[in-house]
Amino acid sequence: VTVRLYQLLLHLYPTSFHHEYGGAMSEVFARRHRDAPGPLGRAALWLETIADVVTNAMLVHLDILRQDLRYIARTLKRAPGFTLTATLIVALGIGATTAAFSVTDFVLVRPLPFPAPERLVKLWERTPGYGRMELSAANYRDWKKAATVFESIGLYHGAAANLTGTSEPLRVEGAAVSFDLFPTLRVQPLLGRLFIEADDRDGAAGTLLLSYRLWQTQFGGDASVVGRQVLLDSEPHTVIGIMPRDFRFPSADAVYWTPLRFNEQMYADRNDNWHYAVGRLRDGVTFEQARAEMDVIAAQSKQQFPRENKDVGAALFRLSDEVSTQARLLLYALSGASLCVLLIACANLANLLLARALERRRELAVRTAMGAGRERMVRQLITESLVLAVFGGGIGVAIAYAAVPLLNRLVPTTLPLASTPAVDLRVLMFAIALTVVTGLSFGLAPLVRLGGKADFSGLREGVRSGGGQKEGLRSVLVVVEIVASVVLLVSAGLLMRALWTIQSTDPGFRSEGVLTMQTPLPIPKYANVATRDAFYSRVVDDLRALPGVTQAAFVSHLPMGKMRGGIWPVSLDGRPVNRAENQNAFLRYVTPGYFAALGIPIKHGRDVAENDTNDRQRVAVISESFIRRFWPTETPASVLGRHFNFVLSDRVVAGVVGDVKMRGLEREAEPQVYLPYKQVDDGAIIGYIPRGLVVRSSTPPASVAPFAREIIRKVDPTLPVTDVNTLIDVVERDTASRSAQLRVLGAFALIAFVLAAVGIHGLLSFAVSQRTQEIGVRMALGAQSSDILTMIVKRSVWLSLAGVIPGIALAYAAGRWMQALLAGVTPADAPTFAVAGALAIAMTVVGSLVPTLRALRVNPISALRAE
Amino acid sequence: MTDLQREADAFLPLPPATFHILLAVADEDRHGYAIIQDVAERTGGELKLSAGTLYRSIQRMLEQGLIVEPRERPAPHEDDERRRYYRITPLGTAVAKAEARRLAQLVKMARARGFAPGRA
Repeated sequence: VTVRLYQLLLHLYPTSFHHEYGGAMSEVFARRHRDAPGPLGRAALWLETIADVVTNAMLVHLDILRQDLRYIARTLKRAPGFTLTATLIVALGIGATTAAFSVTDFVLVRPLPFPAPERLVKLWERTPGYGRMELSAANYRDWKKAATVFESIGLYHGAAANLTGTSEPLRVEGAAVSFDLFPTLRVQPLLGRLFIEADDRDGAAGTLLLSYRLWQTQFGGDASVVGRQVLLDSEPHTVIGIMPRDFRFPSADAVYWTPLRFNEQMYADRNDNWHYAVGRLRDGVTFEQARAEMDVIAAQSKQQFPRENKDVGAALFRLSDEVSTQARLLLYALSGASLCVLLIACANLANLLLARALERRRELAVRTAMGAGRERMVRQLITESLVLAVFGGGIGVAIAYAAVPLLNRLVPTTLPLASTPAVDLRVLMFAIALTVVTGLSFGLAPLVRLGGKADFSGLREGVRSGGGQKEGLRSVLVVVEIVASVVLLVSAGLLMRALWTIQSTDPGFRSEGVLTMQTPLPIPKYANVATRDAFYSRVVDDLRALPGVTQAAFVSHLPMGKMRGGIWPVSLDGRPVNRAENQNAFLRYVTPGYFAALGIPIKHGRDVAENDTNDRQRVAVISESFIRRFWPTETPASVLGRHFNFVLSDRVVAGVVGDVKMRGLEREAEPQVYLPYKQVDDGAIIGYIPRGLVVRSSTPPASVAPFAREIIRKVDPTLPVTDVNTLIDVVERDTASRSAQLRVLGAFALIAFVLAAVGIHGLLSFAVSQRTQEIGVRMALGAQSSDILTMIVKRSVWLSLAGVIPGIALAYAAGRWMQALLAGVTPADAPTFAVAGALAIAMTVVGSLVPTLRALRVNPISALRAE
Repeated sequence: MTDLQREADAFLPLPPATFHILLAVADEDRHGYAIIQDVAERTGGELKLSAGTLYRSIQRMLEQGLIVEPRERPAPHEDDERRRYYRITPLGTAVAKAEARRLAQLVKMARARGFAPGRA
């Protein structure tokens, strides 16, 4: 029994060694075992033996590896073309996949940078038409009190402020957070302390937490800043702490945090939804249990407040699920595309190795005849393909390293993620695993075909074609490559069509010749209409006096800017506001001239005017979509003078303007209402104070920027000017991430295309070289070169058809799957398919061109002589 | 210096196990276990070659041509079917001699510094 056990252990050695010496070694072991004194001695012998077998087996393996590597280095050096091609193919495949993985992993897979992130959830309201609606403070307070599933829960909302008191006025983005939010996330400050409950109280002294970034850039990383006072929107705030370097919350842009002040006024309106809540589930509570409890609580509060909460439910999501469906889909598409590229690369590698194995049949047969064991040959072939894979993988990682920064654009900025993705250890492990799998699985391909038996036919002179079966496998591999590249071509094509469709969409304004910027007027300094009026008048008058400037005006929020929401309920004929149906419209306060400045056509009636003041009838300028939604039977001319209730008072329609794509080119234009900037109470609706400046000029808009800055600085030196952009840039930015997506997918498609062409070329030229004699014989027997041509072209046409047809079917499926990314372009877009199909066929033809020419140049005499 | 010597010098320094195996098969063909026993005897039990070390060394020495498996085998009554015998080659002899010379050189140098064993 003991000897049997030892023999089992001997399997750790390479088979050849085991065969050769296993018997003798067992004998030695048997004798030792017999001579061992007592059970203790036998145990010692076992320990010693195990150590001996393990180390020596490893050393024997290493010996063989060293021999193989030396041999492989020699053979690869003799075939530099093969080596280079194989390495590059693997490099492209692994490079593309690694780069895609690093981004996908970063956004979708990797846990959020908080302790126990899987317990973190985000709480929303759910209303008809909105699956995730911000919370009202009142509902939050009630729900929090009733909920038992949370260990803790905190509230926040985004904020922005003017930071003064440092070098120059600065506009900063951040968040107002309740004191329990950061403990919920379980973060600790780098310096100082977090907020405590007292900071949240109405009227408490202003406190402030700085991000590491802001601390470094504006305060030079000086630790004594903790305790110092800074001015935030002209209000004194004491810096109480610095957050850690990697802490980004709620988004990557946030650089400061202030306490979220609760007061009775906040709780007054249960339909004032603008807060976000993050909770941490109690240990042992499952996500489903939490959801169920929140549903019950929401149902109770619906009974309690039947009017305000008529259609309000609770919606709970995991914090890690905050990535939008589109971003998620895009990353899946990216991963799919990279896998396609890898698949093509692997098929190519297998094909190359197959061809090489066939070419080396003689060599291998000779070595088999000379007694090299099959196991040794298999081992050598696998080692060879691993060596190629490792070379290729190394270059691939370098490619990925260079490519990942280009993919950064695909990372949504709405995530609380600190840094940008990079090729790190985790990604490297992935690349290594990928390399090994590639090398192993595709190194085995030729072996499957080499067969188990010693093949002495290879010894004969003048081996003919590799035989139908082997070519069959190679053809299948090439067909797979064509299929994959068609899928990628069509996907890239569909995205391109989508981009073109979007870019040709009319935004509703003329973006040429317009400069935009933000003048973040702080409250309370600009709380009064009169103060603001003075500011606007001076700035606008001075701007209009500039040469080339034709119009200048202010607006609450620019279309397609950072703030794309801002809707208010509309009520007609004194009916109560109904949140169930889509009875909302965009609210924008404007100064006179806004429509002219942006090039929005006034269809009927008039612009807002300087004399639309608070002591006169409140008026509104509405968009055509407003008429379609609320007065579907009316015309732009007939609605003038009609009344509706909007933003706390009655309004009369004074004008009708064209629709603007407020939320971006890909969104439908929703009803819009423009109100004169003077018809608002002092200190009210401060979120909509006109802070966006638009200047239309006949000179290049960028040249106006320095003058505009100077004018604003003269009127209010403490006011920062931010987001200075031409309107063209703003519109372009709207499709920037789409362009980035397209470039990435397009690059993948291009790589796939080239790889597939290389594969086709390789297959056909190999087939031709294997059939040189056959072609020679045929030509000697009178075949015309046109016959030979037909023979090869037929082959390549069959190949491309066999690839293109299933490719198109699969591409259609892929297109349907990513329909959400297509902006209305049908996944069955005929031109795209036609172009992709034609490209694939062209690729096959080009790939087969060189081999065909070579076949045509076969000299029958020399081909026959070789026989 | 002959070609054989030059060839032998390329093997130096020799791993101890290899040297001992060469010594063990120097005067007669031996099988594996006999080699182990011989080495143990000569070193007073200090060096007990393990089966792994022995056969790994033998494999390499066969490849390097330091030893061979002779075709003729000992008289049938002493023979065991499974046993494989090893015989030193002229190259093996030359290598063993070269190693011995190298070791002697080392000892001489050590002795000159007063490190010598024995009669110091």
